[in-house]
Amino acid sequence: MTFWEYSPAPESAAVANLQARYRMFVDGEFTDGRGEPLKTLNPATGEPLAEVSTAAPSDVDAAVRAARRAHEDVWAPMPGSERAKYLFRIARLVQERARELAVLETLDNGKPIKESRDFDVPAAAAHFFHHAGWADKLGYAGFGPDPRPLGVAAGVIPWNFPLLMLAWKVAPALACGNTVVLKPAETTPLTALVFADICLQAGLPAGVVNILPGAGDVGAGLVAHPGVDKVAFTGSTAVGKQIQRELAGSGKRLTLELGGKAANVVFDDAPLDEAVEGVVNGVFFNQGEVCCAGSRLLVQESVAEALLAKLRARIGTLRVGDPMDKNTDVGAINSAAQLDRITELAAAGEAEGAQRWSSRCPLPEKGFFFAPTVFTDVQQSMRIAREEVFGPVLSVLTFRTPDEAISKANNTPYGLSAGIWTEKGSRAQWAAQRIRAGVVWANTFNRFDPSAAFGGYQESGFGREGGRAGLEAYLDF
Amino acid sequence: MVEPELADATRDEAALRRFLHGLPGVDQVGLEQRAAALGTRSIKTDAKRWAIDTAIGMVDLTTLEGADTPGKVRALAAKARRPDPEHPDTPPVAAVCVYPDMAATAVEALGRSGVGVASVATAFPAGRSSRQVKLAEVELAVAAGASEVDMVIDRGAFLSGRYGEVFDEIRAVKAVCGDAHLKVILETGELATYDNVRRASWLALLAGGDFIKTSTGKVSPAATLPVTTLMLRTVRDWLDRTGELRGVKPAGGIRNTKDAMKYLVAVHEVAGPEWLTPRLFRFGASSLLGDLLMQRRTQRDGHYSAAGHVAVDA
Repeated sequence: MTFWEYSPAPESAAVANLQARYRMFVDGEFTDGRGEPLKTLNPATGEPLAEVSTAAPSDVDAAVRAARRAHEDVWAPMPGSERAKYLFRIARLVQERARELAVLETLDNGKPIKESRDFDVPAAAAHFFHHAGWADKLGYAGFGPDPRPLGVAAGVIPWNFPLLMLAWKVAPALACGNTVVLKPAETTPLTALVFADICLQAGLPAGVVNILPGAGDVGAGLVAHPGVDKVAFTGSTAVGKQIQRELAGSGKRLTLELGGKAANVVFDDAPLDEAVEGVVNGVFFNQGEVCCAGSRLLVQESVAEALLAKLRARIGTLRVGDPMDKNTDVGAINSAAQLDRITELAAAGEAEGAQRWSSRCPLPEKGFFFAPTVFTDVQQSMRIAREEVFGPVLSVLTFRTPDEAISKANNTPYGLSAGIWTEKGSRAQWAAQRIRAGVVWANTFNRFDPSAAFGGYQESGFGREGGRAGLEAYLDF
Repeated sequence: MVEPELADATRDEAALRRFLHGLPGVDQVGLEQRAAALGTRSIKTDAKRWAIDTAIGMVDLTTLEGADTPGKVRALAAKARRPDPEHPDTPPVAAVCVYPDMAATAVEALGRSGVGVASVATAFPAGRSSRQVKLAEVELAVAAGASEVDMVIDRGAFLSGRYGEVFDEIRAVKAVCGDAHLKVILETGELATYDNVRRASWLALLAGGDFIKTSTGKVSPAATLPVTTLMLRTVRDWLDRTGELRGVKPAGGIRNTKDAMKYLVAVHEVAGPEWLTPRLFRFGASSLLGDLLMQRRTQRDGHYSAAGHVAVDA
C-alpha cells in the first residue's frame, strides 16, 4: 500500500429503528394527520426513508386546543419542582436513546454521524438538563417573584439541527410552564417524532407536547392560530419577516432566530494554526448549514497568504462522503433544493470575478454533495459576501487595519455571530465590543452551551435562547 | 536557505529572539481539540496491518538505563533485526538507541543489518555539563559508529532566553556529527508552554537538526499528541518555506498500538503522507514494539496470543 486509506467505519442503520410510517403526535397520541403524507429522503442516497403523515388545518386546531387544555388543567398549575422531574426524565431518556437518535438524525439530515453523535444529541440532552434546573427557580431568575407562563407556545424549526432546535424550543417552554405545539421541518421530521415517543415514555401529561409534521403551510396555520400565545421561529429571514408581519398587532409574543453571514476576523497576531482549525470548523461544520456559520473570513493582509496556504492544505484533508462513516468530516447537503441554491450562489461568485478553489476530494456519485469551496478576491459588493449560502462555501476578504476589519464585519444586514482571532486580549475585547452580533467567539468558533444566550441583531432576528436571558421569551412578568 | 527572513533570523542573538518571538502563538485549547479529533479516525484491517508494519519500522528501540550491559544491548540488537522470528516477514525496527559507551557494542551486534545505531550524547538526559564534555561525548558516539546522535538542548539556557547559546550548541554538535543524523531533544515537558515548544522546534531546525524530538523519556510529561501535532506543523511549515524535509520523533510514554496509530494519523493529516517513513518519523520507545508485535499477530492469526509468545528482550 502506497497510500494510507482509513478503513470505513459505518454506523449501523438498524440502530435507528426506522419505521416505514411515522404519524403526528397530538394530545398524547400518535394519530394520522389529515394532510397529504410526505416522504422524507436520505440525502446521502437520495432514496426515501419513510412516509410521514402531515397535519391539515383541522389537525392544527386540535393540537392547539389540546395544548391549551393541558396548559390550563395540568401543566401551569403544577409546581415547578414537579415539572423539573419530567424535564430531567426527558433529558435522561434522550441520553439513553442517544445512539438511536444520532443515527436517525444522520439518516434524515445527512450530517456526519460524528456530529450527530458527539454534538447534536448531547447538546439536546444538555438543554433539557439545564432547563430542568430552572423550572423551580423561576422566581429567582430576575423576572420578579412570580413570573407566569404565557400559555401555548408554537415552535417552528429548521432542518439543519432538527433535534437540537427542538430542544431549544421545547425545553425552556416546558420549564416555564407553557405547553408546546411544534412543527419540525418538512425534510427532517423523524427525530421529532421519536422525541414524541420519549415524551410518552417519560409519562408527560397528554397535550403538553404536540408535534405536527408538514410543510410551510402547516407552520403558517400554526403561527396564525388564535389559540397560540407565543411563537418561536428559527429559519430563513424571508419567512421570519412574513411571520412578523402576520403577528403584528395580534398580541402574540415572538422570537425570531434567522439567517447570518458571520465574519471570522483573523488579526495578524492570531494563533494561525488554530485559526485555520476555527475557520474550518466555522464554515464546514454541518456542511456549512449553520445560521451562525463563519462564512466570511476577514483576514489581515499581512498574514493572508500564509493563512490561505494553510487553510487550503487543511481543507484538502477533509473527508467528504458517507455521513454514516465515523471518518467522514463533511456529509450530505440536506436536499436537492439546497444543493441547487449552493451551486447557484457559487456560480454567481465565479461570474462576479471571485477566485474559486474547491477541494479535490472525491464525492459520492449518489446523494447531494458539495465539495468544500473557498472564494478569494471577494469584494464586499459581491453576492457571495452578502447572501447567506448555507453550505460549505467560504468567502475570503482582507483588511489592513483593525477599524477596517470592524467596518467590514459590520457591513451586513445580519448579525448573529462572529469570531475574533488574536493573541492579544485587549484587541479581542475591543473588537468584541464593536462587532454587532449576538455571539462573538474569541479564538474559537461554533461553541454552544445551554447556559449561554444565543440570538441575533438586525435581520438575524431578535430574542435570545438559552441561559437566563432565554427564559424571558416564555414568561409573563 | 532561500528565504531572506530565515537567513536573517540567525544573524545574531537579537535577530534570533525577534524571529522566535515573532512566530504565531499557539492556542492551547484549539491545539488540544485538534489533537483529540485526530485520535478518532478508524484504523482497521488493511489500514491497520499497513500501519503496524510502518510503525514497527519507525521504532527506535531504546535502552537507557544505568544498569545497561553489553549483554542487554546485544539482546536488544537481536530483537531489532528480527523482531518476531516466528514471523520472518516482520520488518526490522529503524534503530537501536543506547548510551554512547554502548554504541560500539550495538554497532557490532547489528552488523550490516541496516538497523541504525542512535546514541544519546551531550550529557543526556539533563544536558548539564560543559560544551567541551558534550562535544566529546558526541565524538565518542560517532567514532564508535553511531549513525544517529540524539542530543539534548540546554533547557536552562532556553528558558532564560539565551537562544543564541542553544543555537550555537546545536550547531557545534551538528558539526561534529559528520554523517550521523542529528536528533534534537527539546524535552517539551520542561518547556512548559506550547509557545516555547514552537520556538524551540524552530530553533533546532534553524541550527541544522535533522529531527526534532519531544523528550528524553526521563521527564514527565514525555511525548503527548498535542506536542507532537505542533512539532509536525513546524516541520510542515519548514518544508513550505525552505523545501527541506525534516523529521519528528515523539519519545516516552507511547506504549501501545492504539496510541501509535493516533500518532500516525497526526503524521498523515498534519505534516502529510510523505512523512509516513522512518526517514522522517520515529517512535522513541522501549515497550511499544512488544504491543505492535502482539497486534501484528492478532491481525494475521485472527486471535490474540499470550504475552509469552513475544520475546521480551526489549
